[in-house]
Amino acid sequence: MAAGSIDALGQFKLTAGLGPIGRAVNFTNSNEAMLGAAIVIVAIFAIGLQARALVPGRMQALVELLYEFVRNMCVDTIGEEGLRYFPLVFTLFAFILLGNLIGLFPYFFAFTSHIAVTLTLAMFVFLFSTGVGFYTHGFRFFKFFVPEGVPGWLLPLLVPIEIISYLSRPVSLSVRLFANMTAGHVMWEVFAGFMLLLTASLGIYGAFASVVPLGLNVALAALELLVAGLQAYVFAILTCLYLHDAVHMH
Amino acid sequence: MRKLSTAALLALAPSAALADTMPQMDFANPLTLDQVGWMAVILVVLYFTLSRWGLPEIGKVLENRAAVIARDLSAARAAKVEADAAVAALNATIHQARAAAQAEVAKAVTDAKARASAEAAKLAASLEAKLAAAEAQIATARAAALAAIKPVAEEAASTILLKLTGTQPAEDQLASRIDTALAARKVA
Repeated sequence: MAAGSIDALGQFKLTAGLGPIGRAVNFTNSNEAMLGAAIVIVAIFAIGLQARALVPGRMQALVELLYEFVRNMCVDTIGEEGLRYFPLVFTLFAFILLGNLIGLFPYFFAFTSHIAVTLTLAMFVFLFSTGVGFYTHGFRFFKFFVPEGVPGWLLPLLVPIEIISYLSRPVSLSVRLFANMTAGHVMWEVFAGFMLLLTASLGIYGAFASVVPLGLNVALAALELLVAGLQAYVFAILTCLYLHDAVHMH
Repeated sequence: MRKLSTAALLALAPSAALADTMPQMDFANPLTLDQVGWMAVILVVLYFTLSRWGLPEIGKVLENRAAVIARDLSAARAAKVEADAAVAALNATIHQARAAAQAEVAKAVTDAKARASAEAAKLAASLEAKLAAAEAQIATARAAALAAIKPVAEEAASTILLKLTGTQPAEDQLASRIDTALAARKVA
């Protein structure tokens, strides 16, 4: 960091990961974090499945908790048909949750703070749920944009609104996650930079004064932990909602 | 919400202006899109690992637990029904035994009462007989005693009269006088 300025966005810079091999195939530091998240998920499953006890231990209880949480979310939101999409929703939820959590650690990359990543995930969810809608209902799925019980003369106004709101789904889905993660990490970096600036400009008094931004960062850590879980949950439940719309059309 | 809207503005602003400040908007950097390709690879592998192995295995564990709990519950229910039946049988037996015992006690009491009253009657009869015998004996003794009084009185009276008057009273006269005197004293 240059003296006298705060480089809050440098933490999002993409570099090559995994040494020279990664550099050759453009494997980035963001992909390192993704790989880490995937490995952690699989490891939790592997450890949790070791005992297969009737009364679960800690890791088994964790895996079962995650499993039942996402499964109930699918069944409650989509209905019984939701079980078909349960592995997909679980993969997305676990991947985003672990990505958010891994990104909270210093020196680890938060891949969910990249709009390219979140937009890709959101576009996948959008195209997949639209595909499910057309697969389930054929061309009758277009009726989804025609609200029921509305006088005919309102339709020219309402149908475009419905279509626009439908098309804006991937934007809101991706920007929500990206913005939350980026904002949290930027604030962290800014407050941490304040501590350096205070010490550099005010000497020993600044060092004492930097307790204030430090305290703010501690409070922010708790908030970011909440946001990490909440945003993964929001992404998963919205995925379920879009799939519900595609399956049930209302 | 403010956090979200600030970043949303950042995201919607022309990316060219942000490219040199925000690495997320730097689409000139090939790494920005290459990370998405690698993400797709990682996610596909993760999806198949979880959907073919991880999630079904957890599902099996949970199903097994549900089955074991259901089995134990039904076994417990069967045991309860059995225990209830045993308790009912026990209660019936106790009830029956109590009734039998009460009947036995009642019979014994009746028997004892009957026997006691029979014995009492027998005893009363024998006492009655003894009493009658004793009374009869008393009556004869009394009659004998009364019969003995008259000659003694006659002799005493004739002796007294002889001493007083010097004459022997008439036998029959003396006897009738003594009879009236004894009758007056209600002895005879």
